[in-house]
Amino acid sequence: MDLFGLIQLILFITILVALTKPVGLYLVRVLDAEGRTFLDPVLRPVERLFYRLFGINPGKEQDWKGYTVSMLCFSLVGLLFTYAILRLQHLLPLNPQGFKSVNADLAFNTAASFTTNTNWQNYGGESTLSYFSQMVGLTLHNFASAAVGIGVAAALVRGIAGNSAKTIGNFWADLVRINLYLLVPISFVFALFLVSQGMIQNFKGYEKTALVEPAPAETPMKDAAGEEVRDEKGNTVMETKEVKTQIIPQGPVASQAAIKTLGTNGGGFFNANAAHPYENPTPLSNFLQILSIFLIPSGLTYYLGRMVKKQQHGWAVWSAMAILFLVTLLVCWWAESAGNPRLHALGVDSTSGNMEGKEVRFGIFNSALFATVTTAASCGAVNAMHDSFTPLGGLMLLFNIQLGEVVFGGVGSGLYGMLIFVILAVFLTGLMVGRTPEYLGKKIDSYDVKVSVLALLISIFSILGFSAWAIVSKWGLAGLNNSGPHGLSEMLYAYSSATGNNGSAFAGLTGNTAWYNITLGLAMLLGRFLVIVPVMALAGNLSGKRMVPSSAGSFPAWGPIFTLVLVGTVLIIGALTFLPALALGPIVEYFLMMKSGLLY
Amino acid sequence: MKNLFTELRVALIATIVLALLVCGIYPAMVWVVAQGLFPTEAKGSLIMRGGKITGSDLIGQGFIDSKYFHPRPSAAGSGYDATSSGGTNLGPTSKRLVDTIKQRVFAYRSENGLAPDILVPADAVTASASGLDPHISLKNAYLQAPRVAKARELSEKTVLREVAIATESRDLGILGEARVNVLKLNIALDGILR
Amino acid sequence: MAARTHSLFDRKIILQATADSFKKLNPRSLLKNPVIFVTEVGAVITAIGLVFPSGSETFAFVLQISLWLWFTVLFANFAEAMAEGRGKAQANALRKTRTQTMANLSKPDGSIEKVHAETLKKGDLVLVSAGELIPADGEIIQGVATVDESAITGESAPVIREAGGDRSAVTGGTRVLSDLIQVRVTANPGESFLDRMIGLVEGARRQKTPNEIALTILLSAMTIIFLVVIMTLKSFGRYSGIDFSVTVLVALLVCLIPTTIGGLLSAIGIAGIDRMVQKNVLAMSGRAVEAAGDVDVLLLDKTGTITLGDRQATEFIPAPGVRPDELANAAQLASLADETPEGRSIVVLAKKYGLRGRSISELPNATFIAFSAQTRMSGVDLEGRQIRKGATDAIQAFTGNDILPEIHVTIGDISLKGGTPLLVAEGNRVLGAIYLKDIVKGGLKDRFERFRAIGIKTVMITGDNQLTASAIAEEAGVDDFIAEAKPEDKLALIRREQAAGHLVAMTGDGTNDAPALAQADVGVAMNTGTQAAKEAGNMVDLDSNPTKLIEVVEIGKQMLITRGALTTFSIANDVAKYFAIIPAMLVTVFPVISPLNIMGLGSPASAILSAVIFNALIIVALIPLALRGVRFRPLGAAMILKRNLLIYGLGGLMAPFPGIKLIDLIVNALHLV
Repeated sequence: MDLFGLIQLILFITILVALTKPVGLYLVRVLDAEGRTFLDPVLRPVERLFYRLFGINPGKEQDWKGYTVSMLCFSLVGLLFTYAILRLQHLLPLNPQGFKSVNADLAFNTAASFTTNTNWQNYGGESTLSYFSQMVGLTLHNFASAAVGIGVAAALVRGIAGNSAKTIGNFWADLVRINLYLLVPISFVFALFLVSQGMIQNFKGYEKTALVEPAPAETPMKDAAGEEVRDEKGNTVMETKEVKTQIIPQGPVASQAAIKTLGTNGGGFFNANAAHPYENPTPLSNFLQILSIFLIPSGLTYYLGRMVKKQQHGWAVWSAMAILFLVTLLVCWWAESAGNPRLHALGVDSTSGNMEGKEVRFGIFNSALFATVTTAASCGAVNAMHDSFTPLGGLMLLFNIQLGEVVFGGVGSGLYGMLIFVILAVFLTGLMVGRTPEYLGKKIDSYDVKVSVLALLISIFSILGFSAWAIVSKWGLAGLNNSGPHGLSEMLYAYSSATGNNGSAFAGLTGNTAWYNITLGLAMLLGRFLVIVPVMALAGNLSGKRMVPSSAGSFPAWGPIFTLVLVGTVLIIGALTFLPALALGPIVEYFLMMKSGLLY
Repeated sequence: MKNLFTELRVALIATIVLALLVCGIYPAMVWVVAQGLFPTEAKGSLIMRGGKITGSDLIGQGFIDSKYFHPRPSAAGSGYDATSSGGTNLGPTSKRLVDTIKQRVFAYRSENGLAPDILVPADAVTASASGLDPHISLKNAYLQAPRVAKARELSEKTVLREVAIATESRDLGILGEARVNVLKLNIALDGILR
Repeated sequence: MAARTHSLFDRKIILQATADSFKKLNPRSLLKNPVIFVTEVGAVITAIGLVFPSGSETFAFVLQISLWLWFTVLFANFAEAMAEGRGKAQANALRKTRTQTMANLSKPDGSIEKVHAETLKKGDLVLVSAGELIPADGEIIQGVATVDESAITGESAPVIREAGGDRSAVTGGTRVLSDLIQVRVTANPGESFLDRMIGLVEGARRQKTPNEIALTILLSAMTIIFLVVIMTLKSFGRYSGIDFSVTVLVALLVCLIPTTIGGLLSAIGIAGIDRMVQKNVLAMSGRAVEAAGDVDVLLLDKTGTITLGDRQATEFIPAPGVRPDELANAAQLASLADETPEGRSIVVLAKKYGLRGRSISELPNATFIAFSAQTRMSGVDLEGRQIRKGATDAIQAFTGNDILPEIHVTIGDISLKGGTPLLVAEGNRVLGAIYLKDIVKGGLKDRFERFRAIGIKTVMITGDNQLTASAIAEEAGVDDFIAEAKPEDKLALIRREQAAGHLVAMTGDGTNDAPALAQADVGVAMNTGTQAAKEAGNMVDLDSNPTKLIEVVEIGKQMLITRGALTTFSIANDVAKYFAIIPAMLVTVFPVISPLNIMGLGSPASAILSAVIFNALIIVALIPLALRGVRFRPLGAAMILKRNLLIYGLGGLMAPFPGIKLIDLIVNALHLV
């Protein structure tokens, strides 16, 4: 933990705070079907054209069920669309490497992954997917799933702000406007900036370069058909060959990378994601990518405050997120800076921190910052390998995801996830002011509590249930890259990430097997849609309620006390639920690393 | 039921229309503008030597010979294989990790002739995240400089001067870490007439 | 009734409650409380583990864990039984008064038959004469009587009850002191207010209140979460090479699920109703008590609630050229035939002007004109003088002249000060004005101030004119008032406030209050009121003290606060329990984890046992709090929240650490494991 890190952290927070209000105000316009933006002269006609093509009336608001049905239909079509593209990859254009059809379970996993804004990658981008699959099959969802998330959050906020209202917006109008006025324009500018930093944007075939120093290397032996040769035990047979060339994959990276972080998608063009020099060339590109992850989630809190006409509430929610973020960041940064004493014992410089799985240009702080942000925000892009983080550093990342992806969280999903906690926090402590708990003038009834805990239960069931199943089954253990407590961490991380729609991984886990593809895919779908439906039900129930005027006796959903209550609720629910499992994973691993000589 | 069909029809149209916008028009526009504004970067910051592509500014390459600065250990394929980027993903209590690093520390010490009290920079013995990390730390470069100078029969000063040229400082003076681009440095060294 | 409040540790109640806690072990009755039900299942599982041992734990350890789990269930049952017992004790004291009563049933043919009071049905007519107990709740349809209601109100002064009007209702168990009345029974056996309330505290008729339902859902969800946590932990343990025994897992589960609030939840609800009874308010449902906490508008009748029932003459203000004693004399003469409290107060005030008291009998030649609501005037025709006193417009009509400007000024002044002006006239000459003053009850201003602090608006309703009303409103410190209100205005106001999202509480006694009482979220009917009013409201105030509304609201809030506080406390407790149990579960396989045992507990077995014991004992320790309720302070919501969070949130986080440590020391000292 050094001075430069601190300066960068302060810079980061300052810029984030400064951007929150303008982004929030812009969101207010975008999320209002009648709202005007400076892009209207260019985009208004396009917007109208879209509505005509869709055959919908954007001014006709839907009730929560209507909104949900539209959203589910759209997501289902998108899921099938991507599944079809991946399966038919070999027949589709823009496939210079001639990749084959993606097999069924991987195609399901990938389609689920992108439809749910998870972007978990069980495929190796540069070795499995054609440009067309990436550009159309996947990038579509980078925009679409982000828009769905923002739309659902907006619907919930409208529900909270509404007074005896029946409707909570029009899904199709939200979808169109969020893409046209928000995601596409920002991505366009951002992508160009990223190219200026060295990120590539082309449609060339892979470049074959002559190595400066050709060298012998152990490579998998390949037969005439190009398949890897395996011995009788199933292990790959290796051979030593003189390697003279380096094949460098190319492609339209920048256009995908921009929306990858802006839409908290996280799915990388390359296997190494934002650690890959082409996908994150400089510390500056790195800094802005991190910022872009928090941009919309942070702005949405301002949108919330604006919509409920209580800006302090928006800032209170923001502050709660910021506090949780800072706590996890500081612990992670500290742990990574402290490094791995086992390596220090071998004569490795302890001042350089834990550099395994990290890039030199980012160093410890920017790796810790990126990792914390990406796990906090359900993004899942990585610029360092989380699997190789120290136990406590990794614990923070895992915990961020398990808190429910509410620390700023995914675009939209972070806000609606946090609002679930707000409802619970208000209910838990609201009784203590001697009134039926009320949230911004709306009494919390048993229906609200029911759907809120339902959303919470789904995630917990999925994370713990799938992990507990996989960790004692053959197929589960077969996928682990590490054994001992770290293996458990890998497993927990996988299902937490899938359920939380994060998409980052303790990437040692080999997830590309039928069992993993299917269970992880299910976890993603559960974690997304079985959470959204109760959230929408909550939106519908809240919108119909009459607003009670606030008085000195009402529960104040703002101010330091509320912020702390919210932080406490998120922490306590997260900690109580996951502590036993975490104790057997990263926590025990920490003590083993510090106090024993055991290795696994 | 009829309603559901209507919704599904709208969903299908929306998917196609949206795909046209975000998967067609949007990347194509980025492509066109980027090729115009930043052609080198958009095409991969490739390094040409004698009319042939010899690498990219941004993508590391493996080096073994002692006359070259050595990059970080790579877990990409068999080492710096750009078609399979990635790290080791080994956890801190992994026996494989500790054993490998033990070997690397030993090798690094012996090839650079380090005194026992000198600690090995972490980046020199740990694998990067991408496996394609083009950089090493300054400390790492300084420790390797005497060996390279010796192998090339250059003065240490000359080598250090090249290191300084290949050094990229923090972006905007604040962001990231100062670092040395190994490929650029080695190409530059190859270009120095003895 | 002898003892209104029972000491927390009444021996009889405790004994009965102890017996009841075993009866409540019946799983079917526990099913409505999921948290405690799960605890009981856990207790059963550990008990089975005793018979069919598995795992490496000693018999003594499993036995003790099992026993303490049973204790946990029993303690929770005990809390509920205690609350019920206290409520029942209150109710029984009331009920006792009429079990042996005989009633004189008048039959349709006119004959009278002696029957047991319990056999009376709705609509039966009974005669009650002096010295007899009224056999059932009812309405006087004939006659007037003085009734001793001390049995239910504790108030020793007898009250007048008469047929017709707003004072016709009588309560079973009260005693007629004079005269004979005919009463129509208005409640079937088992349906009287008393019966309903007894049903409420006994649990049979108790329905969960909306907040209780929501809270139960939350607690059930937490229970389910921890069930999943525990079940999956078994699997994670298997991977890590630790075979967690069923006993330990059940112990951890019970420690984590919110047994504290789960065990005390229904006790808190019953105690809330019970506290109402202690204040002599019978709540018809727990829901009403809860709604009382939510009330943010109080509708208060001016007369009887804010001011003493009667206005008093406090000053004579003569017209120009009239001597004060001349005015006083005329006023007294004019008021001799006015039997209203106002009229009497004029006679009394006149004495201060040096006049002796006179009575009607002294003046045989005089013709007295009694006060009536129609004329709004009283007076006397004496020796050719026509003296009148009355409302200004009535006197103006009587004199036939315009009132002097000076008098007008006086009238305005009096009205401004909240008083009521009366004029005194002789012939066609106005002699002056009488200042009738409303006397605001003492201490109200402070109370209303407290209400303002907790966000409750007070609205005064009065038939007075605007000026008078505003002056009294100011003196009493209410937030708002409605002047010249007709009975239907009350209903309209309640509807308006409710439409704006407010919850309204009001008191009422008259039949014409019934619609408003029914509409209000909390309608407190006066026991002296009509049967219609009592049926319409959801609470009955036995003392018929309209100011009681204030206490009702406080009790409602107190109940909600207690629930919230104990929930927070219960959940916060879990943190410490984790620190006790998790290291203990892991330390045998991973000795390196011992620094997590921050409490320094003796051994893994003692750590787990201590946590379980703490978990059980904390329920008992909190029973008094659950029954008494968290103290309510009239502060703003933000302040209350801060305060309670500090005590129950932070306290809940910290308290178990020393608690578990202490138990662990004892467990180890006694070599229990």
